[in-house]
Amino acid sequence: MKAFDEHESGNTVLLNFRMAALLSGTLAFAAALAVASPGLAQDRPSNGASTVEVSDEGREIYEQICQSCHMPDAKGGGVPGAMFPALAGNPRLKDKDYGSIILLKGRGGMPWFTDILTRPQIAAVLNYVRGHFNDYQDTVAVADLDRITTANPPVPDCNCGH
Amino acid sequence: MFDHFTAPTRRDLLSMIGKVGGGAAMYQAMTALGHAAESQFTGPPQLTGARPGASVLVLGAGLAGMLAAYELTKAGYKVQILELQGRVGGRNMTLRGGDTVTELGSVQKVGFAPGNYLNPGPWRIPYHHRTVLHYCKELGVELEPFMQSNHNTFVHRKAAFGGKPQRYRDLTIDWKGHVAELLGKALNAGALDSAVTAEDKAKLLEAMRSWGVLDKNMAYTKSENVGEQRGWERPPGGGVNGAPIPNDPFGLSETLDSKIWDQLGFFAEHVMQTSMFQPKGGMDRIGKAFQARVGKAIRFNTRITKIAQDESGVTASWTDALTGAVGETKADWMVCTIPATVLGQIDVQIAETKKAALKALRYGNSVKIGLEMKRRFWETEDAIYGGSSFTDQAIGMIGYPSYRCFSDGPAVLLGAYPFGVGAYVLAGMTPEKRIQAALDQGSVFHPAHYKSEFSNGASLAWSRMPWILGCCATWTEESRAAHYQDLVAMDGRIVLAGEHCSYYGCWQEGALLSSLDAIARLHQRALAV
Repeated sequence: MKAFDEHESGNTVLLNFRMAALLSGTLAFAAALAVASPGLAQDRPSNGASTVEVSDEGREIYEQICQSCHMPDAKGGGVPGAMFPALAGNPRLKDKDYGSIILLKGRGGMPWFTDILTRPQIAAVLNYVRGHFNDYQDTVAVADLDRITTANPPVPDCNCGH
Repeated sequence: MFDHFTAPTRRDLLSMIGKVGGGAAMYQAMTALGHAAESQFTGPPQLTGARPGASVLVLGAGLAGMLAAYELTKAGYKVQILELQGRVGGRNMTLRGGDTVTELGSVQKVGFAPGNYLNPGPWRIPYHHRTVLHYCKELGVELEPFMQSNHNTFVHRKAAFGGKPQRYRDLTIDWKGHVAELLGKALNAGALDSAVTAEDKAKLLEAMRSWGVLDKNMAYTKSENVGEQRGWERPPGGGVNGAPIPNDPFGLSETLDSKIWDQLGFFAEHVMQTSMFQPKGGMDRIGKAFQARVGKAIRFNTRITKIAQDESGVTASWTDALTGAVGETKADWMVCTIPATVLGQIDVQIAETKKAALKALRYGNSVKIGLEMKRRFWETEDAIYGGSSFTDQAIGMIGYPSYRCFSDGPAVLLGAYPFGVGAYVLAGMTPEKRIQAALDQGSVFHPAHYKSEFSNGASLAWSRMPWILGCCATWTEESRAAHYQDLVAMDGRIVLAGEHCSYYGCWQEGALLSSLDAIARLHQRALAV
């Protein structure tokens, strides 16, 4: 049996994060459509839905919802190993289905937003993020979200934070 | 109203009575589903006989990690804890004057007066959370009542009563009266004759008359008897004007607009029932009490960068968050309580199924805002002592302090506590804008004093906490079925613990129960090798 064995050095090391591949398709899509209720037994303020009105305009949806994690400049936050990914300048968003799948199903610690945003709102905020914080010109339509729902693709994995 | 009423089946009736009875029937259903079961705690673990020299590395000095360290040390293990922050407790936290709140993107200095505090994480302990209560007693944490239920608080809905908040008492009494009257009408119209026996029908009619405080015509109307429950236009007094004058009940439609059944159902839940407790002086008394027992084993400011294991032991690689120094800590076994939001981003040598479980676990978000007011106007002007007033605005509710009622001087209100959309909206604001929003929205309850008596405020958005990036795990039936057992299974020499590894998600009870289960299995495995 060994005792604690600590090795400290003054060197800083570049952290090499090897993220294992996510087993794809593990969630039934029905789960993504389930209500994101915190659960019957969880501590929370009360029952009943909030009547907070979320805007229909992409920039305002971003400010109301997304920047709570991805920050107002969409550059994400935190440090490697404990971070929200940047949405600004994000090459993964080039594929317009990438963000759509994540908003519909969640990814890592990020929940799905189907119970907070309507499909037009999801499309609007994706188009804002892809057009304003990136330069992707093609647009996401509600029909794209419906197509993804039917196809039920796995949540894309990446070593890009929570 | 019952012109087109079709006689329901017995099952329909049960459903209807369930709605009438608020959460009572719902509670039965919940029990059947296991949601409302009592805590599984049966007493502290009796772990003895650890192999001489056997060691356990605990990652995280929250309640789960410190309980594991406490009990494993008692069992004879050599235990060390690595903690990312410079403090213990994790989400078990209390903010007081002089404290600093460091979020992604902002830093706040808390300005509360001495003795005042905000519990930004857990804030109440149900009487049946036996694990938390047991360790509070064992570790000497003094508990006091948390005033969970208060009939004199307010319920506000933008679309009800022209946006004017109403007393919880008035709404619940009127709801009961109107529902009783309607059920009486249905019974008397014979609409339920195929669903209930004549004998039960008679009992139900008598019950509705008594329970709903109906008049001789089985109607819910203004009366002294209703006043005895609902309160008075002029309350009972002495002398010549001693006779009370009842006030006017609300009509059915406006009572329905308040959706008061939401609060009735909420308070009927097992975890929301009284009695409720809180540590005297702040929830962090629990974390501090564990620290007094295991603090010497904690290495603070230690960011885990990699977790590896082989046949002989575990290794955690880390970086000192203050000095940048790197190091490794080895042990025979590991209890890892790092939240899934962060653990899922770390290189961990565990089964692919467990990695998939970590990646599939979503986290909810919440925000709490503390508003220090110069005096307790909610007590002096509104006769509210503890409890919560509810709103469908972003703040969700405001909470009145259960401690030091009747005292002079400043006191801290819980000015916001939302999950869901309200939490995102508030979390995305600067701390200054959060306070302004909390004042603007909370003013609906106490318009004459809320802003003029405000002194200072502090907030904590859980999504902006760099060490957890969210509030707590959000399981669904589907994700539980697909991943829960994979998440909690002992994996070689590593076992995970924390609220996310329990069916008591988001509660300290879940964190502690998960920890006890994890160390019991670890101990069993350690003795078997």
